[in-house]
Amino acid sequence: MKFTLSWLKEHLDTTATAAEVVEAMTMAGLEVEHVEDPAAKLAQFTVAKIVEAVQHPNADRLRVCQVDTVDGRKEIVCGAPNARAGLTTIYAPLGAYVPGSGITLEARPVRGVVSNGMLCSAKELEVAEESDGIVELPDGLAVGVSATEAFGLEAVIDFEVTPNRPDWLGVVGIARDLAAVGLGKLKDPAVAAVPGKSPLSLEIRVDGDACPVFAGRLIRGVKNGPSPAWLQRKLIAIGLRPISALVDITNLMSYDRCRPLHVYDAAKLSGGFVEARLGKAGERLEALDGKTYEISAEVCVIADGSGAIGLGGVMGGESTKVSEATTEVFVESAYFDPIRTAQTGRTLGIGSDAQYRFARGVDTAFVTPGLELATKLILEICGGEPSEVRVAGHAPAPPAAFEFDHAYVKKLSGLTVSSARIEAILTDLGFAVRGEMVTPPTWRRDVEGKADLVEEVARIEGFGALPSTPLPEMPRAVGGVLTVRQTRMRNARRAMAARGYAEAVTWSFMRTDWARLFGGGDQALRLSNPIASDLDCMRPSILPNLIDAAARNARQGFADAAVFEVGPTFKGDQPADQLTIVAALVAPHEPRRWDGGHADPLFALKADLMALLDEMGAPPLQVVQGHASPWWHPGRSARLQLGPKNVIAEFGELHPRILKDLDAEGPMLAFELDLGAIPEPKKKPTKTRPALALSPLMPLTRDFAFLVDQATPAGEVVRPILGVDKSLIADARVFDIYQGKGVPEGQKSVAVEVTVQPTEKTLTDAEIEALSAKIVAAAEKAVGAKLRS
Amino acid sequence: MTDLTKLEAELAAAVEAASDVAALEAVRVAALGKSGSVSELLKTLGAMSPDERRERGPAINGLRDRIAAAIAERKAGLEAGELDAKLAAERVDLTLPPPPERRGRVHPTMQVQDEMIAIFAEMGFGLAEGPDIEDDFHNFTALNFPPKHPAREMHDTFWLPEDERGERKVLRTHTSPVQIRTMQRTNEKLPAWIANGQEPPIRIIVPGRTYRSDSDATHTPMFHQLEGLVIDKAIHMGHLKWTLETFISRFFETPLVETRFRPHHFPFTEPSAEMDVRCDRSGGEVRIGQGDDWMEIVGCGMVHPNVLKNCGLDPDVWQGFAFGFGIDRLGMLKYGMPDLRDMFASDVRWLEHFGFSAFAAPNPATGLS
Repeated sequence: MKFTLSWLKEHLDTTATAAEVVEAMTMAGLEVEHVEDPAAKLAQFTVAKIVEAVQHPNADRLRVCQVDTVDGRKEIVCGAPNARAGLTTIYAPLGAYVPGSGITLEARPVRGVVSNGMLCSAKELEVAEESDGIVELPDGLAVGVSATEAFGLEAVIDFEVTPNRPDWLGVVGIARDLAAVGLGKLKDPAVAAVPGKSPLSLEIRVDGDACPVFAGRLIRGVKNGPSPAWLQRKLIAIGLRPISALVDITNLMSYDRCRPLHVYDAAKLSGGFVEARLGKAGERLEALDGKTYEISAEVCVIADGSGAIGLGGVMGGESTKVSEATTEVFVESAYFDPIRTAQTGRTLGIGSDAQYRFARGVDTAFVTPGLELATKLILEICGGEPSEVRVAGHAPAPPAAFEFDHAYVKKLSGLTVSSARIEAILTDLGFAVRGEMVTPPTWRRDVEGKADLVEEVARIEGFGALPSTPLPEMPRAVGGVLTVRQTRMRNARRAMAARGYAEAVTWSFMRTDWARLFGGGDQALRLSNPIASDLDCMRPSILPNLIDAAARNARQGFADAAVFEVGPTFKGDQPADQLTIVAALVAPHEPRRWDGGHADPLFALKADLMALLDEMGAPPLQVVQGHASPWWHPGRSARLQLGPKNVIAEFGELHPRILKDLDAEGPMLAFELDLGAIPEPKKKPTKTRPALALSPLMPLTRDFAFLVDQATPAGEVVRPILGVDKSLIADARVFDIYQGKGVPEGQKSVAVEVTVQPTEKTLTDAEIEALSAKIVAAAEKAVGAKLRS
Repeated sequence: MTDLTKLEAELAAAVEAASDVAALEAVRVAALGKSGSVSELLKTLGAMSPDERRERGPAINGLRDRIAAAIAERKAGLEAGELDAKLAAERVDLTLPPPPERRGRVHPTMQVQDEMIAIFAEMGFGLAEGPDIEDDFHNFTALNFPPKHPAREMHDTFWLPEDERGERKVLRTHTSPVQIRTMQRTNEKLPAWIANGQEPPIRIIVPGRTYRSDSDATHTPMFHQLEGLVIDKAIHMGHLKWTLETFISRFFETPLVETRFRPHHFPFTEPSAEMDVRCDRSGGEVRIGQGDDWMEIVGCGMVHPNVLKNCGLDPDVWQGFAFGFGIDRLGMLKYGMPDLRDMFASDVRWLEHFGFSAFAAPNPATGLS
């Protein structure tokens, strides 16, 4: 919403500058968007008079003018047809920047005659959208007067109104708050009734559900032409287009008093009545915006004998609109229910200044005064003779008084404010104060209780006065405030970053077809109103986003991406369906290496995953191949699980078909880890670690080469070995895999180094032999491994 | 005597002539080995008469000792030479690059989140969490957004489809629903990480993802907020002001930051306020701590009595404040990132430039980053 300083001064007796007004508004809770000051833009433009205008010697359409300007007499070439001797207009000197044409004036000959400046049109000055020829000003203006003054332009303050304060949607509401903060004195906004000269010949009816109260009157013999200059200027200044005097008056009332009105051409009304009622199924209305709306039973309509003629509180209808031919006008001043008006706007997709105000709630006590004030303006501008006012229905009850203990100001805000000052502030804002009882004014429906009053007092006192007070000490949680899970999320990030992965944060939603490829895409998780069609489904996995990120980086020329994300995925719409996932992805395009090193990058990824699990404090996990989700390469993927029911992570190479579907160049390797599936350690009363028992005896190692079926996972050879004697066998590691000469067809040799750590005494050769035999037997029993001879 | 002298001269020449450790060893075996020339001489001592032995003994033993010493000395020299030669042969070109390693980074939003948590942890705030997919009650109704009220339109809400009960879930438009989840216990079966009722006094922060249907240089459909909630018996707006002022000066790690506190409106706080920081926007980018402009940085206020009531707390006994920061926005301001959309674009060059080392975890000794 916008207003000008002079408009404000109609309601506020003040000497404040625009800057002071803006500062006071801001500190009272009105957010100023910006201040548009035309004086800055038009600083170089001044009033000038054309003394002589003669035909240009070389051009039919140009005139050479002698002009009296602030810089003395100048010869100026002008192409406007209205450039004539005696005209008072606007002059721009050389060097001036002309905003409407975007040029800076230079002394350049025009068809052989040098123009020493320019005479400007309203469009070139950006004071009008259209103009015909150069500006024509009243003769009385002296040469040298600034253009801003000549046009009566002034600074326009543009601000935002929070939904709780509809009263600020009228300039008088702003004036009231600024008076309360001490910026000036509020001028009496009281309205005198205009007596009717005749009874109202129309019947007015309301259905209270649709519209609580409706006031109206007829004015006969009006003349509806363009509104006077002062009114047009006022509306143009705040960005409104003048239409006709009657319409302009209703707009003025909307912006000045937050009192939307509607005017009907009474000659076009039929049936002898006007009613506000709920819509009927099948009803349609062509509104003033030229569109036709289907009306439902939820909508308040204004109707006459012909049916719907307007959407109550939203927009009038085409059939009864006023025109220059209107001689008899019916003026409506009603109160429409905020929720119904808001809903009408939403469901019909229609908005207007009136709808915006009624949806937020206008002053319930200003229905009739608003009508009287409008009548006065209509009589002044359009003439005519008013009928009596008729009111149907009842305005909602005024806000009720409630108790306000002044000590609560101190308790809630910390501010020390005297009772007298509290009363003065509330009274200035229109509240009725009787001892401990406070009644909010009818335009302040947002004030419901004592906390609201504390806000009023604190706001007017100024939030700058609030005493900055340290928080009281509070018993602290020992050992940090984060839960195990929160700490794990934090550590996961730093662990992955330490291992060379860049952290990405990607959208929680993605394309439905991608979600479907990763086991998601349920209807229940598809947004009804996505911001874009490719961001319409809650993600079942982070991987598609990371694949897409790597692919986009590759298209920029950075193919060797390693990225990760710690964030949510969604199995359903319930809180328990939200998982916390760590996902990482590598697009292995290592630079070429002079030393030829090229291990399978999948094992580097596995090492990163194992290191992460170790950092998270996960127990040892089974690696199970052949059961991972379908988006993985079937031979190069596995899952890590505590048991078949508790899968903690999946990792591997992504399926080439999936990458193709996501328009990504493979190969890509990735893992996805469910942080919530890792068991949390048992809480211990102290941080003491278990005692460390170091054996004084040397560990020894023995190598075994087993022949197993080619398809047997090496891990299944190692696992039984580790279980042979947990008190002696400290580790077993595969150090060689061999197929070829010396190994039968269809088999492979798995070489395992077993570390034996004696704890009580050095083992004898016989004991070592016995242990070796058990190791061989265990491997044979588990996977049919034979010791290679 | 001449045979001993001659033998010694021959052996000394052989030791000298040995060009490597193996040749020297051959010389040693030929002289001092079991049947070496010197050993053979030593064996003759046994058959001698005592007088002869007394004369010849010292001479032969002396020969053995001198030859052994000469061999040892020669051996040390040869070994040193061989090591030098070996080391010389092991030279590599150390201007060659090491195996390639990627440089990992922590995302700036997550770094800033850690920084904020560190500051608030110091003030005694714990961490609470809630789900991203919320119900209407927690996101709006309990927070004093009446059904159908225009205030709801201020949030460009993402909606999920109606369920069988005709209810529509939303993507939470703010982290404030976790205020409700912290103050009010529900009978819903919730995973342990989601807040579910806590007795006052309460002092928590809530970092998390939030969603609004909006997109430009300073708005993205997903962003991060950090909510704060303090509930006790005598917490007033002055405490709120101190908390935010203290946070801002600690967070920006500069004494230059100037703040102002002004009234605003939120349905779930009363009185409501916003805090601005002084900044300069004249150069097209925002610089804090200078200039004549102000930039909104946090919305806040005293928890609305209706919100307390909705959570079963008596507003005549309990009161307190709440605030909500945009984490990404704070990061943009502190670290000079011009466009919010870049935060979520996963451009590795951007992540490299604006990301943080794994070791930049906020810490009272080294600072926040």
